Amino acid sequence: METMETAYPALNELFVFLNTTLTQISIYYSRIPGSGILLKYIKNSHQDDPFRTALELLLVFFAIIYLFTNKYRTDTNFIELTPQEVEELVDEWQPEPLVSPLSDDEKRELEKIPVIKGPQGLKVKLLNGKSLMNFSSFDFLGLLTNVTIKEKAIETLKKYGVGSCGPPGFYGTFDVHTDFEKKVSEFLGTEDTIIYSQGFSTISSAIPSFCKRGDIIVVDDGCNFAIQKGVQISRSVIKWYKHNDMEDLEKILKKIKNEDIETGRRLTRRFIISEGIFENYGDIALLPKLVELKKLYKYRLILDESLSFGIMGKRGAGLTDYFDIDPTDVDMIVGSMCNALCSSGGFCSGSFEITEHQRISGLAYCYSASLPAMLTVSASESINEEIIRVGDIQDKERCLQDIVDEAINNGVLLTRAKYARSQELFGVEPSIRICISAGFTKKEIEKAASIIKNAVTKVLKSKAY
Amino acid sequence: MGKGSQTKHSLVVAQNFQLPAIETTPVNYPSSKQRYVSKRREDDPGWVEEEPQYYFLFTTYLSYLVLICLGHLRDFFGKRFKRKDYVHLKEQNGYAPLNSDFDNFYVRRLKLRINDCFNRPVTGVPGRKITLLERKTKDYCKTFQLTGTTKDCLNLSSYNYLGFAQGEGPCADAVEQTVLKYGITTCSPRAEVGTSDLHHKVESLVAKFVRKPAAMLVSMGYATNSTTLPTLVSKGCLIISDEFNHSSIVFGSRLSGAFIRVFKHNNMADLETLLKECISQGQPRTHRPWKKILLVVEGLYSMEGSICNLPKIIELKKKYKFYLYVDEAHSVGALGPRGRGVCDYFGIDPNEVDLLMGTFTKSFGAAGGYIAASHDIIDHLKLSNHASIYAESISPIVLQQIYTSMTIIMGEDGTSQGQERLERLAFNARYLSTNLRRLGFIIYGDRDSPIIPLLLFNPAKIPAFSRECLKRNLAVVVVAYPATPMISSRARFCISAAHTKQDLDEILKICNELGEILQLKYSNNNIRYTIEEVLRDVIMNIKS
Repeated sequence: METMETAYPALNELFVFLNTTLTQISIYYSRIPGSGILLKYIKNSHQDDPFRTALELLLVFFAIIYLFTNKYRTDTNFIELTPQEVEELVDEWQPEPLVSPLSDDEKRELEKIPVIKGPQGLKVKLLNGKSLMNFSSFDFLGLLTNVTIKEKAIETLKKYGVGSCGPPGFYGTFDVHTDFEKKVSEFLGTEDTIIYSQGFSTISSAIPSFCKRGDIIVVDDGCNFAIQKGVQISRSVIKWYKHNDMEDLEKILKKIKNEDIETGRRLTRRFIISEGIFENYGDIALLPKLVELKKLYKYRLILDESLSFGIMGKRGAGLTDYFDIDPTDVDMIVGSMCNALCSSGGFCSGSFEITEHQRISGLAYCYSASLPAMLTVSASESINEEIIRVGDIQDKERCLQDIVDEAINNGVLLTRAKYARSQELFGVEPSIRICISAGFTKKEIEKAASIIKNAVTKVLKSKAY
Repeated sequence: MGKGSQTKHSLVVAQNFQLPAIETTPVNYPSSKQRYVSKRREDDPGWVEEEPQYYFLFTTYLSYLVLICLGHLRDFFGKRFKRKDYVHLKEQNGYAPLNSDFDNFYVRRLKLRINDCFNRPVTGVPGRKITLLERKTKDYCKTFQLTGTTKDCLNLSSYNYLGFAQGEGPCADAVEQTVLKYGITTCSPRAEVGTSDLHHKVESLVAKFVRKPAAMLVSMGYATNSTTLPTLVSKGCLIISDEFNHSSIVFGSRLSGAFIRVFKHNNMADLETLLKECISQGQPRTHRPWKKILLVVEGLYSMEGSICNLPKIIELKKKYKFYLYVDEAHSVGALGPRGRGVCDYFGIDPNEVDLLMGTFTKSFGAAGGYIAASHDIIDHLKLSNHASIYAESISPIVLQQIYTSMTIIMGEDGTSQGQERLERLAFNARYLSTNLRRLGFIIYGDRDSPIIPLLLFNPAKIPAFSRECLKRNLAVVVVAYPATPMISSRARFCISAAHTKQDLDEILKICNELGEILQLKYSNNNIRYTIEEVLRDVIMNIKS
């Protein structure tokens, strides 16, 4: 009872205090500009519809909760675990080995990789001292042992050293690079060229610098590995057409066009990608038809001439030269200096716009050291040399074709696959590909072998090679 | 930043500023004493990474805002009155533009104006000095014309850490012989017929150098990462990557198909939290355990100058059982008492790290890269690495450069030249970074790092610094977004063993002058040194 009595005056005091503070607050509140409007709004709103006030209060309440929730995940699949559980899971987890031990097949393959003692060339010596004729290197023009190129390289060494010690953007653009770029552009008949420091990385970097999410790429399904990786990383929509099958290509282009009309989607960049000479098949892209289709359906054409640059055509300027097509009709010509030019690196040639864009967004260009000056100069020298050589190689090609023809006449179908890396498949002569099926009997194989042998002897004798 | 850390921080700084005991200082300091051994010292107080005053952060953001607004304004009028200039960004007779208007904005409106600071053409050996081909522009940096004149500049830009970029000397002589003997190239991939005895010779030398059982070579540094990572991990695996990892690592990780998680730069607490989360949660959606976890870090970060915290990573590795891949592109040859990279620097057995990757472009003055690991891993890579199957093999001339420079570094040529180069580099790096800090600049990274980033912040100071340096015959690299975060644009100095003490003093003088003109001395330290004080104390306190 005592406590009640004493509590009463205390409560009174509290009421007085509350009253004064409330009045004080309302005075302060009315001083805030625009406060009257808010108050009026709440009053009116409450009169019209108490439910609305409740809803608005609820919204404010949620907003406050939302603001004060410190963390939330978009990943609804996340499982809350106690620290002990986490510890246990961490202890339990066992990774797979980083690499599995080599199988016997793999071991054999590793052992079979030939090691050349001394220089590479038309004739090579293996580590065990055996001398061999070299039908496996991409030295199509026989420039590997060229003395003039070596002399030029040594001259360059004395002026520039070996490494470039920096990416092109940061003082790694040497005059030899720009000179070489100009030379390739003139040789091909394009506006400008950009060089990368590795042939393989050129196209796998050039493709994603243009092809982005939402773009459409139509690719030959016989394309080499570098192209496959380039399109894979681009995140574009990828359609594959049957290898060198122009009808299938047209069918796909038509289908995309119909889809465009049906869905009314935004126009995105479109590309057709093909190789000049296919690394995996050894055949030539049907460039005139490709250019026709590309123009008809408004696609840009990327042509990988890594193998054809330097050997195809009268001047050796690749497929555009061979088919006598205006090089500006191909939007990007990608080539390599590590095959016919007997050096290292790759290039992408096209309009000024194409190359300029790659100078800031071609990843392997921007983030890698530029090609050593010596290698640039030797590639450049090779272009001078190759114009003289191209006639030669075409004679040899014809000779191989004659062997194929001769074999066909005698009932064995062969294909000239001069540029396929056949040693990886069966370890046979790389210039002509022979595939032996399990379906053949031993006798049939023997017969075929003798036919091929005869064809080779006959052709080589008749031409006096 | 709390108050506590502020006071602690200033304490550390104060320690660094203890003046060395005055000794008699000869004018020409004997070269043998300008040396230092690059290794982690327990008592090294290091430096706290500093933030500038809020005023500078605010003006940086404001500058970008102004630039973006002006850019849009120019676009608005340009698109109406100069249609011709915008044709390439519009749809043209049925072709979508090669560059989208939006993506191209940064390049068109911000980078284009300072294009003269990038891609400067050069000639000659990129050694202590570099010869720039002078150029001029008539159309506001859209195109450049060479004037035909050249300019010799002190080279602070090339990754020539040990000074092996030379057109003469033992390396060049050996390379000349190799050109005559082996020719220029092999014209075939490694797995086919592109392997020569020289490749094996260099591979075993590299393995010996980095103290790993085996090594393999790739003809391009970038490709070493981008073609190796996809052969190590695949779907169902996890790659944990530092946020500032190089583009090639990002490219390779994306190609691999593995799930990628990123942790804050060199932040071990963040890494551990991430590891705990990833292992306990397993794969997204299915919660299956990860097949493998591969942690990819760099030894020395090329834009930050920071050295990865390897001892802590090794500690975490033991607990969390991930595999470790260290990219030593910049650290090999540049760190460690014997120049053998970040393991050498911390005194850690290299066999604690699963894969060591590095490049020859930098310290060795060559090109290409290597992967060093156990025999099993290297055998696996030789058969599956994209570059060894499909790309050209590394050229004999490059191999010879690597071989000779590496034997010199190892001292196997019978001279102490290699050791001298290493110690000179360590001295130069520490001398410059310490003294730039004493002058009041904000410098990121480790004190032993030969990469020294000097923070510029305001975007207008990027071209200003570069152009002013060029006027004073100093070739520097300036870096801005997207290579760095938007706010922290910087100038990056790469120090070489080829630089003399006089060169470094010259650089300090120029930086001091520019620091005053461009207001670059952002540091909050109250104790600042004048340039006279810095240069007078010839025995600088690089050791404390």
